[in-house]
Amino acid sequence: MTFNLRLITKIIPLGLLFTALSGCNPSTDDSVLSEGIVYCSEGAPSSFNPQLITDGTTIDATSKQLYNRLIDFNNTNLQRIPALAKSWHVTRNGKLITFYLRRDVSFHRTDYFSPTRTMNADDVIFSFNRILDPNNPFYQSVAGKFPFFQSVNFHDLVDSIEKIDDYTVRFKLNRADSTFLSNLATPFAVILSEEYAQQLVAENDPQTLGKLDSLPVGTGPFKFKQYRNNSFIRYAKHDNYWRQDVEIEKLIYNITPSNTGRLTKLLTHECDVISFPIAADEIKSRPDLALEEVTSFNVAFFAFNAQKPPFDNPTVRKAIAHAVDKKSIMKAVYADHAEIAQSLLPQASWAFTDEVTTFEYSVEKAKQLLANAGLSAGFSFDLWAMPLQRDYNPNALKMAKLIKADLAAIGVEVNIITWEWSTFLRKLARGEHQSVLIGWTADHPDPDNFFSPLLSCSAMETGRNRAFWCHDEFDQLLAKALASNDIDERKSLYLQAQNILVEQMPLLPIAHSKRAQAKVVGVSGDILAPFGGISFENINKTNGEN
Amino acid sequence: MLNFTLRRLNLLFFTLLMLTIVSFSLSYLFPGEVITNLSGQKTPNAEQLQQLNELYQMDSSIIHQYFAYLGQLFNGNFGISMSSQVPVSTELLTYLPSTIELCISALFIAMIIGIPLGFVAAIWHNKPADKVILAFAMIGYSIPAFWLALILILIFSITLSWLPSSGQLNLLFEIEHVTGFKFIDILLSDNVNKMSAINDAIRHIILPAMTVAVAPMTLFIRLARTSMLDVLDSNYIKAAKAKGLSQAAIIYHHGIRNSLVTIVRQMGLYFANLVTIAMIVEVIFDWQGAGSWLIDSIFQRDYTAIQGGLIALAIFTFVINIFADFIYAALNPLERNRKHGA
Repeated sequence: MTFNLRLITKIIPLGLLFTALSGCNPSTDDSVLSEGIVYCSEGAPSSFNPQLITDGTTIDATSKQLYNRLIDFNNTNLQRIPALAKSWHVTRNGKLITFYLRRDVSFHRTDYFSPTRTMNADDVIFSFNRILDPNNPFYQSVAGKFPFFQSVNFHDLVDSIEKIDDYTVRFKLNRADSTFLSNLATPFAVILSEEYAQQLVAENDPQTLGKLDSLPVGTGPFKFKQYRNNSFIRYAKHDNYWRQDVEIEKLIYNITPSNTGRLTKLLTHECDVISFPIAADEIKSRPDLALEEVTSFNVAFFAFNAQKPPFDNPTVRKAIAHAVDKKSIMKAVYADHAEIAQSLLPQASWAFTDEVTTFEYSVEKAKQLLANAGLSAGFSFDLWAMPLQRDYNPNALKMAKLIKADLAAIGVEVNIITWEWSTFLRKLARGEHQSVLIGWTADHPDPDNFFSPLLSCSAMETGRNRAFWCHDEFDQLLAKALASNDIDERKSLYLQAQNILVEQMPLLPIAHSKRAQAKVVGVSGDILAPFGGISFENINKTNGEN
Repeated sequence: MLNFTLRRLNLLFFTLLMLTIVSFSLSYLFPGEVITNLSGQKTPNAEQLQQLNELYQMDSSIIHQYFAYLGQLFNGNFGISMSSQVPVSTELLTYLPSTIELCISALFIAMIIGIPLGFVAAIWHNKPADKVILAFAMIGYSIPAFWLALILILIFSITLSWLPSSGQLNLLFEIEHVTGFKFIDILLSDNVNKMSAINDAIRHIILPAMTVAVAPMTLFIRLARTSMLDVLDSNYIKAAKAKGLSQAAIIYHHGIRNSLVTIVRQMGLYFANLVTIAMIVEVIFDWQGAGSWLIDSIFQRDYTAIQGGLIALAIFTFVINIFADFIYAALNPLERNRKHGA
């Protein structure tokens, strides 16, 4: 008997070892692993409600997964297309905007909320009144902090929101603004459930009001399942999604802040898709992986302070612009993950046109223009470079050094200057600089967003106009375009405006950077979009990737 | 045996007392308000502040404060984490089981590989097998865990694609958190294919457990070798030989059993070291355990979490130590009569 016992003690470890080794076989025909997508993201979301934030990581994690907007942008030409609103109507004076809502939109059914009705006008009104009405408990629960809506002056623009009937909502504006509809299509303007909000209010505990933003309920393709702080987010398919059948059952965000960690997990297929990949060449060289890129709505530029000599003379500005070699900047600063900026507008914008005059790299022309301006002996100026990395410019200091070398060729000396970021911004707003390397990321893809905030006379007063350049004709063109709702008319107005910029050269657009992601080959569908965060709505995963 | 037990418990008690004094004094030594460091409440309102002051008796002498703190600890109140504002005890219950799982798997691997190798080396003492095993032990002992972890990932995850490089389980398996021990939770869950989930969990634990196991494994090799050599050199073995028992029978009936006794004792002592290695390995393998959680807390200056993690990991190590002592005492009657605990 004792012998048997001893035998058993020896067999058990051996058996365990055997099971362990049999586990080494990586073939997984398991349906659990093929019906879901693991996305390795670069950071944790700061909230589950995009109304409250402006950072890209949170938008990627929430906006298009959990929610819908009244209007969406088409991914190919960024025109507005219907979403929760099946159509809309703008009155001739542009002040009354009526939305006709879909009737078949259901909210998420989760452990913490069971909807009894589909989406209607109350939900739309609640979602925006929460931002506009200081007496709303959900305005107070976040202390009225809606950074995007504050930045576009939403409170001043919207006078009231009316319910016409259960599926019709009318916005009354204080003034016409053709960017209003685009603002409603941004990833921030999501529709929440009014019924869920009522349920939270009924619990009558100020602490639970925060659940509206931390335990989300929306209409989007995925519903919230679980979030482990800084570790993962678990979403499940929304079975009654109104737009289409969602192909994948589960969507997991595996939060992996380290660049190399994400790359490793992609190489081992622990992640199906990763954000912001490094080692692009390695990924391209492997047959089981694919790299995707899309040009984002941003621009890096070189602004000349038109208030300070010698840049008060447009000829000097143009001379400098001719002497900057953008191609070498693409290579050295962006590692070719960017496209050369032809104008302030990225090519994906509907207002972009090839007709706009471009500025070629030519040392001769630059020298000629300098001579015309009476500066053939050369001069020296200060170039401010931002101290930190931004998505539109990964390394402003390096860019400044390249420009310095370029300009030495035409006898112009550059002193590169940089400050700590907050000081930099403060001094910049006061116009203390002679020239600066900075950029802009669009709030929404309307072309106006690339002109008014950057170069209008009113932007000069707030100091956001980095060129401190104010041009009446240019400003009138922008105002005309903003008041119009005719696309062709606006397009031609923006073309005229861009030609003024080429003539005057208050700033030299340098690059539109690209956003990249990498995935395993079995994942199909468009995740990246030029604007407004990623979406897993159309994604499918084919089996047998190994 | 009763005497022995009491001595060990006494040792445990006083060590814990010292530990809590250290942990308590940290609240005074860390920068910031003492009550904030104790409770983790970063921005308490007036009402909460008063409650906290009462709870920790901040108005009385420092001795009273210490006993109030001790009382809270015994009630399982470690304060709330400064960074996540979740009770530290909840976080510990979430993360500690994973660490225990990893350490025990590593210990298991170290024993089932290390001890037999040590015996083999002793039995073929000074033969090529002995030399090879000793060389292996030396190399294994010298390799830093973080480097080994990266090399294992490079070979087995990236190049060969045999094993995953991070995590405890593919996140697509939805396992409800019950005990925190992944294997037990998988067996308790009812919405997944258990076999494939267990299979996946095993695939995930192999690399981190191997990494943690290498250092104790080399130790076990040497311990097993020395103690087997001692045993084989002793008089009762000579007597057995004289009786005409075969070499295999001697080793099987006398050698293994007697040399295991000393190894068990060393195992407990080595455990603290193993936990330290596990902390580093957890970070590299993205293992959601108390180690990586504690290192995160240190980065974020989350003082309540640091204090709580310190106490929890120390208790874990003590308990294992004392557990090993008990096993040793059960196996070796001589030990029970030792006057002083160690």
